[in-house]
Amino acid sequence: MPTLKIDGQEITVEKGTTIIRAAEKLGISIPYYCYHPGLSIAGNCRMCLVEVEKMPKPQISCHIQCQDGMVVQTQTEGVKKLRQHILEFLLVNHPLDCPVCDQAGECWLQDYYMKHGLYDSKLNENKVKKSAKAVPLGPTIVLDSERCILCSRCVRFTDEITKTNEFGIFNRADHSEIGIYPGRELNNKYSGNVADICPVGALTDRDFRFKCRVWYLQKTESVCPGCARGCNITIETNQERPHHAAGERVMRLKPRYNDDVNDWWMCDAGRYGYKFIDHDRITDPIERSEGMVRSVEWKEVVESFLKSFKKLLKESKNEIVVFISPQMTNEEMYLAKKLFTKELGIERVFLASTNPEGDQDDFLICADKHPNRKGAEWIGFQEDKREIKHIFEEAAKGLIKGMIIFGQDLISFYPDQNVEEILHRLELSVFIGSNHNLTSEHVQLVIPAATYAEKDGTFTNFEGRVQRIRPALLPLAESKPESEILMLLARKLDLDWTYQSQEDVFDGLTRSVSQFRGLSYKKIGMQGVSFHH
Amino acid sequence: MIRTKVVSRPKLSFWERIYFPEIFRGVALTSKHFLKNLTLHLFHSIGLFRKVAAMVTIQYPEELWKLPFRSRTRHRLTKRADGSPRCVACMMCETVCPARCIYIVAEEHPDPNIEKRPKSFDIDLGKCVYCGFCVEACPEDAIRMDTKILDIAAYSREEMMLDMNELLNPSHKSGLK
Repeated sequence: MPTLKIDGQEITVEKGTTIIRAAEKLGISIPYYCYHPGLSIAGNCRMCLVEVEKMPKPQISCHIQCQDGMVVQTQTEGVKKLRQHILEFLLVNHPLDCPVCDQAGECWLQDYYMKHGLYDSKLNENKVKKSAKAVPLGPTIVLDSERCILCSRCVRFTDEITKTNEFGIFNRADHSEIGIYPGRELNNKYSGNVADICPVGALTDRDFRFKCRVWYLQKTESVCPGCARGCNITIETNQERPHHAAGERVMRLKPRYNDDVNDWWMCDAGRYGYKFIDHDRITDPIERSEGMVRSVEWKEVVESFLKSFKKLLKESKNEIVVFISPQMTNEEMYLAKKLFTKELGIERVFLASTNPEGDQDDFLICADKHPNRKGAEWIGFQEDKREIKHIFEEAAKGLIKGMIIFGQDLISFYPDQNVEEILHRLELSVFIGSNHNLTSEHVQLVIPAATYAEKDGTFTNFEGRVQRIRPALLPLAESKPESEILMLLARKLDLDWTYQSQEDVFDGLTRSVSQFRGLSYKKIGMQGVSFHH
Repeated sequence: MIRTKVVSRPKLSFWERIYFPEIFRGVALTSKHFLKNLTLHLFHSIGLFRKVAAMVTIQYPEELWKLPFRSRTRHRLTKRADGSPRCVACMMCETVCPARCIYIVAEEHPDPNIEKRPKSFDIDLGKCVYCGFCVEACPEDAIRMDTKILDIAAYSREEMMLDMNELLNPSHKSGLK
């Protein structure tokens, strides 16, 4: 374990630790472009040069490993001058198009110029023009070669992380530029990440392109609901200037570092899978009777629901079916279980998928496209497709009278079960969900629910890691989080529930489900806690 | 903390309270200015005492006041040689605007060397405070406040909105749109 001194502060680190890592531990920030903790060391940007005593020349701190007795200086006049000159070299061929560049505002060139640069340019020559300007490389990324500083992060990402090797650096000296190998396209499942790791505006996101400026964004830490992995994300929203992007509120999702789940990355399906938050939403409660469809007030929809629900509860409790969805948070499932099973004694509460199984790989993507199946299992819901089919068979015989559906598109999911006809024959059919689908078109009552970006709670990923989601937005229009809907129904059914927040609900959950025992929102934090805590 | 200053009502003297002397004093003052300006204008017309200024009435709106060179007036968007807006929709003006009266929506420019252009560019004059920050912030000299148009009035708030067409081709007078 070598002990070294950086800027006069002593630190002991593991053997093999680089100077830049050791400095980071001491809270000393060394500027860098090409270095990325998730990728191999390239050492080509030269921004992280520091002075090491007894070494003849400045050394790149991203590559030099700590040795016992090393004395490193990161703040001397020499180092500062070096950074200034290196930055000037990096910017030699960089165009001045910050106004039209999507990276502006989160550009490392801008940041470091203000922090370490502030020089007057000495360049008299004309800039070397690169060929590619705003060239789409694939469905997700657009390349602007002029802005590239050749840090090679994207090349290393496709070589080492996705192993798809699309990127390369072509030509020599100041004619060199990054690009895609001829005949190839950047269309791997993780391509969006190269826009994140590009420290400048060379690779930008086509989806986010020109939607709004980055300094308009508000950021909320959350978890991706796209699959069972539960990648940590940041939801970036624009709520103050709704004229951008035609009133869409969510502008983009970015991965958030969590070394137990997704490191620095996320897949494209998750990254661009946010459109449902602002599109095709159920905005108002809907009541359908005798061919009439009308938007109604919350009061009315709850009253109509309770009227037939209470009747069914009294007469034929066994003929009510509830479909819980693995898209719901732990808190909501707990409340659903408590309300329907414990308080009302309904036995037929089932877990039913909302999304079909999809692709899977050995990196991040899981086949199960739900964020909280594990949580459902812990709380006591197992999905049994045969049982659900059996329910439909019974319903076809008229043995089921009421269905409460939490967002599942049953009609598309069970195409050979005649669900549409069954729904029309029921005495009570309720759809509680955020977005329109085929099933929501054929039920009597539609109750608008919030999406994951609009609610507080926790998801449990497939490894049993409990992670927190936070509301980035207010529920759209008249929608409410499922937990609020369940609490509202409980209140109307004269149950004595005293939950003030999701934290209270979670508290109840930790006391009744053994896997959650000992957990709290404080303990979960924003990084999550694994089952084996 | 709010500080208050108590201002006492001026006490009227006896002569002020009986009213008529003050009336005559006022008429005398008005007459003094009238006669002074009348005499001066008469002298001016025959070329005398030109250096002593006399009061002038501008026949607005037929006749307009000459504005100082740097005065900030209604906005306009400047054009490229081909007539398209110089604006690249960088949103600097929208960002800096303290009244939040600028609304820009960006889109792709067919020429990749320009890259970005405004799809729409609206200014809500009902909100604008004429601070001129938008002009200062613009990196492309695309917005200016030099139209010398000051008579801004409309019958509704919607009519106070300027769209990109109006900003590119400012129409004088005749309401806003």
